[in-house]
Amino acid sequence: MIDVNKQGEVWVFAEQESGKLSEVPLELLVKGRQLADALSVPLAGVLLGDGVAGLADTLIAHGAEKVYLAEHPLLGHYQAAGYARVLCDLVEQHKPQICIYGATPLGRDLAPTVASAMWCGLTADCTDLQIGDHTDPITKQQYEKLMLQIRPAFGGSVIATIVNFDRWPQMATVREGVMPLGAPQSGRKGQVIRFKADLDGATLPLELIETRRRAKKVNLKAARIIVSGGAGVGSRENFRLVWDLANSLGAAVGGSRAAVDLGYVDDDHQVGQTGTTVRPALYVACGISGAVQHRAGMAESAKILAINDDPEAPIFSVAHYGIVGDLNDVIPKMIKAIRGGAGVKGAAEVAKA
Amino acid sequence: MKYNCVVCVKQVPDTKRITGDAMTEEGTVNRGALPAVFNPEDLNALEQALWIRDEYGGTVTVLTMGPPTACEVLREGLYRGADQVVLITDRAAAASDTLATSYILSCAVTKFSPDIVLCGRQAIDGDTAQVGPQLAQKLTFPVISYLEELVGLDDGKITVRRNIGNGWEVVSSKLPVLLTVTGSANIPRPPGARRMMKYKKARSAAELTGQVADEMPDASQQEKATEVKKRCEALKGRGLLLEQWSLDDIEADLAWCGRDGSPTKVHRVQSIVLAGGEYREFPPTDEGIAELVGDLIEDHTIG
Ligand SMILES: Cc1cc2nc3c(=O)[nH]c(=O)nc-3n(C[C@H](O)[C@H](O)[C@H](O)COP(=O)(O)OP(=O)(O)OC[C@H]3O[C@@H](n4cnc5c(N)ncnc54)[C@H](O)[C@@H]3O)c2cc1C
Repeated sequence: MIDVNKQGEVWVFAEQESGKLSEVPLELLVKGRQLADALSVPLAGVLLGDGVAGLADTLIAHGAEKVYLAEHPLLGHYQAAGYARVLCDLVEQHKPQICIYGATPLGRDLAPTVASAMWCGLTADCTDLQIGDHTDPITKQQYEKLMLQIRPAFGGSVIATIVNFDRWPQMATVREGVMPLGAPQSGRKGQVIRFKADLDGATLPLELIETRRRAKKVNLKAARIIVSGGAGVGSRENFRLVWDLANSLGAAVGGSRAAVDLGYVDDDHQVGQTGTTVRPALYVACGISGAVQHRAGMAESAKILAINDDPEAPIFSVAHYGIVGDLNDVIPKMIKAIRGGAGVKGAAEVAKA
Repeated sequence: MKYNCVVCVKQVPDTKRITGDAMTEEGTVNRGALPAVFNPEDLNALEQALWIRDEYGGTVTVLTMGPPTACEVLREGLYRGADQVVLITDRAAAASDTLATSYILSCAVTKFSPDIVLCGRQAIDGDTAQVGPQLAQKLTFPVISYLEELVGLDDGKITVRRNIGNGWEVVSSKLPVLLTVTGSANIPRPPGARRMMKYKKARSAAELTGQVADEMPDASQQEKATEVKKRCEALKGRGLLLEQWSLDDIEADLAWCGRDGSPTKVHRVQSIVLAGGEYREFPPTDEGIAELVGDLIEDHTIG
């Protein structure tokens, strides 16, 4: 651990794979910016890899004032041992006060390894981070401007806020998709600080034999409208209705975990605590009861429309619009209404042109 | 070659069953109303260990840290085939965060000089997935997290396929190693009927202490202690006394345990309040739906 260092920077771990930045660090830079501003300290990205220097510009365009860059052949393919060693060395040397990671499989492997090696705190899967004060309930001691680490706990039924006031850096992993992605600004200037990874001659414990990545078939995070179906849809065949409604709206298709488990839709489409977190302009939930774990992934949507034949379904309590009825009857009617409406609007636009 | 496996397991409240009954009037969770269960992915870790033992020989030790009631998962471990089980229980371990927990577990795990340590990927009460990698770091073992399939194990070298979110990778490592196992790795075997008959009466000293306190409320401390000792001896003779260790027994440094050893502190816990907000209901008729769609087009949400 390092001592409390109120001048310490805010660091974002810049996860990349095969020389491509993932989206999470760019989301985290937006949050990191808010934290750094609240603390009046610089925001930095931390970039490890082999031949990844070119990515520093992207981090700077997304708001990093500094990029700590460590390149080494042994950092080419991720493994906890090598990455944690370099990251710990960096932390020891520069003493950041905050260090945040994406809650991806990689981040959830690396961050605990670093926390354990440094004997510092770590909070998993945060959905928000803020700066605030804390009073210890036992000692009554006050601590100013700590990172408040906010996360769902207990299967998503409560929200816990965690702090770490003495064994720094304050570290957290943050769920993908919960922070909106900022637009890059190419004019931004930043400083790239090269760091020599102390890995020469080292042997790392894991040997990579084979790797397979598949592109996600659906990008729910980028969708402006999402139409999701749940167990109430009844079958994979009947899920056609959900696809049809989505097509009529130019929307992406989502699903509840029950719909995924039942095989109605593939798991890339799952929305919720263990799926993707989304915040579209409109979220249409068809035959979804609205369990806490599902709501955890969609409650932040700007508008929520629930279609469910049970007026008591919890989904209605987060919805802005509701239709109590059989989705087999409601969805076709809705498609008809949209086609009608879109037709009129389309015609109006043609007339204008 | 034989392998000694240690499986770290946790007893957790069954968060899958958060239904109306488990909610208080204020909308918070009533933990007492939730049944306590064997953390699901820890069962997958146990199954992986049992499979390795059955295939190659060796032993499976199940370790849990928790209050005396956590012995329930140890008995379950025995029902399913574990060779030995240990409860780590100590008041000074209460309120440990993941870092303190991994430290305490590491002190106990080293006692067994294992070849393979297995943890479930994550526990359903906290969903942090941190204890596995932190324990590995404390043991200075390599960690392979998110195991989906054991591909090979020979000559002190293990090869596994692990999930990397958008795909998978196959990696190998020398032993010793720590694995965190996902729910898709295997289907845990059910408890064996014969083993259940055999071990259902197994108890730890802490459980017996509780039993004696309940049954002999008026006895002196001295009498109670003698009775506990007697019952322990009796169970031990039948191989039914569950091993129990305190923090002293595992030579843990108390500065790194419990509340003091935990850098993360709870600032606040709030129950989720559903965003009430404005809500409009439309009838499931052509007119109702057309009105809704019209409104959504009007405010540029769709169209
Ligand atoms: C650790 C954990 C993580 C989880 N993560 C997730 C997650 O990420 N995402 C997720 O979604 N779930 C998750 N779950 C599962 C979650 O608890 C629920 O089981 C799940 O969301 C239920 O899906 P559902 O609403 O589709 O099904 P159900 O709860 O079965 O609801 C079906 C609904 O359809 C309605 N219905 C039925 N027929 C019709 C009809 N003809 N017309 C209209 N309505 C109809 C019913 O009234 C009902 O409300 C998780 C659970 C756990 C324990």
